[in-house]
Amino acid sequence: MRDLLWADNVSFRYAAGAPLVVDGVTVRLADGALAGILGPNGSGKTTLLRLLSGTRRPGSGRVLLDDRPLDQLSRRDAARQIAVVPQETELAFEYTAIEIVLMGRHPHLGVFTVEGPEDLRIARDAMTATGTNHLEDRPFHELSGGEKQRVVIAAALAQSATLLLLDEPTASLDLGYQLEISSLLSRLNQDHRVTMAISTHDLNLAASICRELILMRNGRVLAAGPTNEVLTPENITLLYDVEADVQINSETGHMTVVPIRRVELRQKTL
Amino acid sequence: MSIRGRIIGVIAGFAIFTVVVMVWAPTVGTTSISLAKAFDRSLPWDSNVDAQIFFVARLPRVLSGALVGATLAAAGVVLQALLRNPLATPFTLGVSAGASLGAMLAVTMNFGFGLLGVSAIPLASFAGSIIATGIVYALASSQRRGLSTNVLLLAGVTLNAFFSAMILFVQYIADFTEALRAIRWMMGGLDVAGYAPIVAALPFTIISLIAFAFMARTLNLLSAGSEAAAARGVEVVRAQRLAFLSASLATGAAVSLGGPIGFIGIIVPHLVRLLVGSDHRIVLPASALFGASFLVLCDLAARTLMAPLEIPVGVVTAMIGGPFFLWLLVRNS
Repeated sequence: MRDLLWADNVSFRYAAGAPLVVDGVTVRLADGALAGILGPNGSGKTTLLRLLSGTRRPGSGRVLLDDRPLDQLSRRDAARQIAVVPQETELAFEYTAIEIVLMGRHPHLGVFTVEGPEDLRIARDAMTATGTNHLEDRPFHELSGGEKQRVVIAAALAQSATLLLLDEPTASLDLGYQLEISSLLSRLNQDHRVTMAISTHDLNLAASICRELILMRNGRVLAAGPTNEVLTPENITLLYDVEADVQINSETGHMTVVPIRRVELRQKTL
Repeated sequence: MSIRGRIIGVIAGFAIFTVVVMVWAPTVGTTSISLAKAFDRSLPWDSNVDAQIFFVARLPRVLSGALVGATLAAAGVVLQALLRNPLATPFTLGVSAGASLGAMLAVTMNFGFGLLGVSAIPLASFAGSIIATGIVYALASSQRRGLSTNVLLLAGVTLNAFFSAMILFVQYIADFTEALRAIRWMMGGLDVAGYAPIVAALPFTIISLIAFAFMARTLNLLSAGSEAAAARGVEVVRAQRLAFLSASLATGAAVSLGGPIGFIGIIVPHLVRLLVGSDHRIVLPASALFGASFLVLCDLAARTLMAPLEIPVGVVTAMIGGPFFLWLLVRNS
């Protein structure tokens, strides 16, 4: 299958003299992929997503979207194809949920164009897909963490992009919402053919929905490939310094990771 | 109702209110006049006292009030969105302090020059605002990428304090009458003596308001932060530059016309948001319209409440604005 998004040996630092946050990373996202990006805090996951979405440009290397250099696209053109769900959404002013979702239409509208019936339909469909229709006129800041996250995902869907990049979408959610969001993402990937990359700390979420994984540590890719090949106890130890057991859960048929203990820091081969 | 319908409806409502206020305000004052008589062309100008009062004394004042109020309120909206801080004002970033220093120097050094019927004080204050804007802009964009809103805020606040010290110094060495004149200017006043200063300020405010119109929806997206806005297709740095420069230009023009009239840029946007929500496509034009009528009404109070004594309009807005600001702070926390 062709690569929809390809980061070719990209590196990035936030300021001159600062350490490399992403250091020579190559990532390929095939059309229709559902990839997880795993790694400890500060491993460069969020920054990698920013490079993939084009909101930051790599210091070296390049990112290709459909074989075209991403930095040659205007922000508007890039946003029509790549939507992002950030880790948290903090608004400076009060907007209703539907207003937030309609903001996803921004790259499709001219400077003075006002959202029309078609845009409203797309926004409402996105809210249906995320189960947030009943929240339409509620102020965003009054919603619970899970509701907010689903509204923000709806806004990203309303962007009508083929690629969705999510930064720890379940980090602040309770177990029920975690399951809800993960089944939503899986459904969007399968039914709506949205290609996704998800950064997460939740190994079991990654194991249950991601078909491939990218393991990152210190800005580098430690391992990448199909989930069942990459998610091994050895790799988990390399990634988090944690001894873990990986089993297939008989109920779900997914791999399940059970952390056992923190191992002493030792000489890394990488 | 469609979104377009709502935008047009709300703006039309504010526009009607503003027009009513602007037509009514010039008829009110120590001498009451009749609109019908003021517009009666059959009477000769020399004997039509109502027309003279309307067109010479009161209309320029109402127009300058409307222009200053609209511009400051809209600039407040833009800066609040740019800084993602609902407590920002058009004066937060040092523009008005620069303008005040310019005016102060013009008064104490007796600048004699004028341009196109505009006297030295507004010219010097406009120049001061441009210089302050330039300094803050240079500081905020000195870093490698983009415009740092944090640096913008810190540089603005610091520049405000620095210029205030310079103003105090100039005041200290100035003689008594000059110092009094300068202080009076800083209280704000809309008694502009004719149409020339309004016409001179108009191009700058029109340019700024057009720039504001172009960025209305973008300001909505910026309220979720620059990273999120960029991911939705906003050219963030370009938008921030345009917002800062146009809001500063607008503020500079408004301050050179009416002095640093405080609180308009914060009360009006907040009241408008309470009434109509936060969509900047509504908040921006509605704030401009409501800012116009609000300042005209404040000025009406300023010239009638203690007549024949006039209260500086900046004192009136501050006396309304101060408590309002505190109420907002308490309500927000």
